[in-house]
Amino acid sequence: MNPDIYVVIEHLRRQISDISYVMLAAARAMANVTGGQVIALLLGHDVEPLASDLAADQVLYIEHPAFADFSSDAYQRTLETVIKERSPRAVLFGDTTIGGDVAAWLSTRLGLPLVSACRTVRAEGAALKFVSQICGGKLLAEGDLPAPSALVMMVPGGYKPEQGHAAQSPELVRLDAPTLDDLHVSVKEYIEPAVGDVDIAREPILVSIGRGIQNQDNIELAEELARALGGVVCASRPVIDQGWLAPTRLVGKSGKAVKPKLYFALGISGAPEHTEAIGDSELIIAVNTDTSAPIFDLAKFGASIDMLDLLPVLTEKVQQAKG
Amino acid sequence: MNLVVPIKMVPDLVEELVIDASGTKLDPEALRLKLNEFDDHAIEQAILLKEKGTGTVTVVAPDIEGIDEVLFTAAAKGADRLVKLTGNWQRGVNNHALARVFANFIKTLRPELILTGVQAHNDLDGAVGPQLAEHLGLPYVGYVSGVIVCDGSVQIRKEFPGGLIAEMQVMLPAVLGIQAAEKPPRYVPISKIRATMKSTNLEKFPAMELETAGAPLSVRLFQPQASTRATMIEGDADTVATRLVEILKEHGVL
Repeated sequence: MNPDIYVVIEHLRRQISDISYVMLAAARAMANVTGGQVIALLLGHDVEPLASDLAADQVLYIEHPAFADFSSDAYQRTLETVIKERSPRAVLFGDTTIGGDVAAWLSTRLGLPLVSACRTVRAEGAALKFVSQICGGKLLAEGDLPAPSALVMMVPGGYKPEQGHAAQSPELVRLDAPTLDDLHVSVKEYIEPAVGDVDIAREPILVSIGRGIQNQDNIELAEELARALGGVVCASRPVIDQGWLAPTRLVGKSGKAVKPKLYFALGISGAPEHTEAIGDSELIIAVNTDTSAPIFDLAKFGASIDMLDLLPVLTEKVQQAKG
Repeated sequence: MNLVVPIKMVPDLVEELVIDASGTKLDPEALRLKLNEFDDHAIEQAILLKEKGTGTVTVVAPDIEGIDEVLFTAAAKGADRLVKLTGNWQRGVNNHALARVFANFIKTLRPELILTGVQAHNDLDGAVGPQLAEHLGLPYVGYVSGVIVCDGSVQIRKEFPGGLIAEMQVMLPAVLGIQAAEKPPRYVPISKIRATMKSTNLEKFPAMELETAGAPLSVRLFQPQASTRATMIEGDADTVATRLVEILKEHGVL
């Protein structure tokens, strides 16, 4: 059995994603149990310098023009070869827009078991136990990480990204990419997030609304509170998907990470895709009728009442307090 | 264009989730299922594509409790063909088994495009879409929030963190994991769903034997125990608002 832990480094437009560092930290904890090494797999075009701060024993750099952008097709074919040849104890992917396109495909292709939504992996004797976060953060699932070789899709929250950075450059080994012509998936262009609207990542006071807002007309109630507090309104995914607020106001995995002084979460359940983007807020206050909503595990203060009842009263009291 | 949408049901998170005595699964007695909301977006996206061109939309689902209404709702929205895959679903199924069952049936339909939800909140062994794509030998792209059909390919919008979108070309046939349809899933009145029940045929096909390899085994479920929890403010709207204003003052926000 190959005791090494492999990490597929996620990067886009010359920037490594935080989840890559989270995975490197997880991989180190796992390698300490298996007695193996942490090996980072960097697939890219002209991005060798990105390897310099990866906390790995070795970086396998696979250079090819097809990796200039993320193509699921090119990643799948390349990783298939590497993983098949080496059969490491575990290969870590992000449970993200990149890892999501490759890990489950590889699991089927290579007949290797896959664990997704994984938050932590810990030792139990010589065995590795995973804990995954499912059902919107309401349940945890724990089990043995299948041996001898398994694929894992990681979510943030279990390890600090800082632990995945290294002060010294790791050893770098170049590998040849397989033949990658006739790709079925290719990037044509990038569409930048709309500018001109407020940048919620920089706003100190955020009134954030979720499914509990119920309909578009009620958004004005949140706008009024935001105005009274001197902040702006943002939202979780369901509100944006309804088209009730612009995509620039999306907080979460596919939107923005925020770090305001006040994050007022109204009718937001607190699914992991959302909470991973609000952890750096100074003060989180949550209002939700569901007392078991995971958002209350993150909030400092909470109230279990209908946000629609609270909003007009609260806005008025804030206005009074401000004189 | 021949469009196929494989869908699955997931626990409704509005209800309390009760773990059964074995500690390995949710108690079926206390469980309410609903359509995976990303699959709902996949259905909507398929119908939008059909409305823009020609083609048929086939929605395929495992035959479990509550699925008839979900399928008839899809038909009321514009789906042409409804298929239930019958089998021994009672003991639960993982996505590896489900992808095999879907692939086995869908290959007989020879679709040009398969749209399915990019993920589901109870996925523990990866999503169905990329596994299905591998079984069928087709390309896969997930986190898709826009699809335009071209000649022999689709132009799609794939979401990356921070609101960045990549416009990509994917050769057909293909499998796409839908994050969001271009428009929110449409509402259909119950009367229209009832009418559809009378006019639409619900086809049944036997699913192949469930083969669950590829997912973690003997998983223990438990509720997270948070190390910290919010200090809850009790009372009516007026009481809560008054206390919140105090808190905002204490924290220098007001």
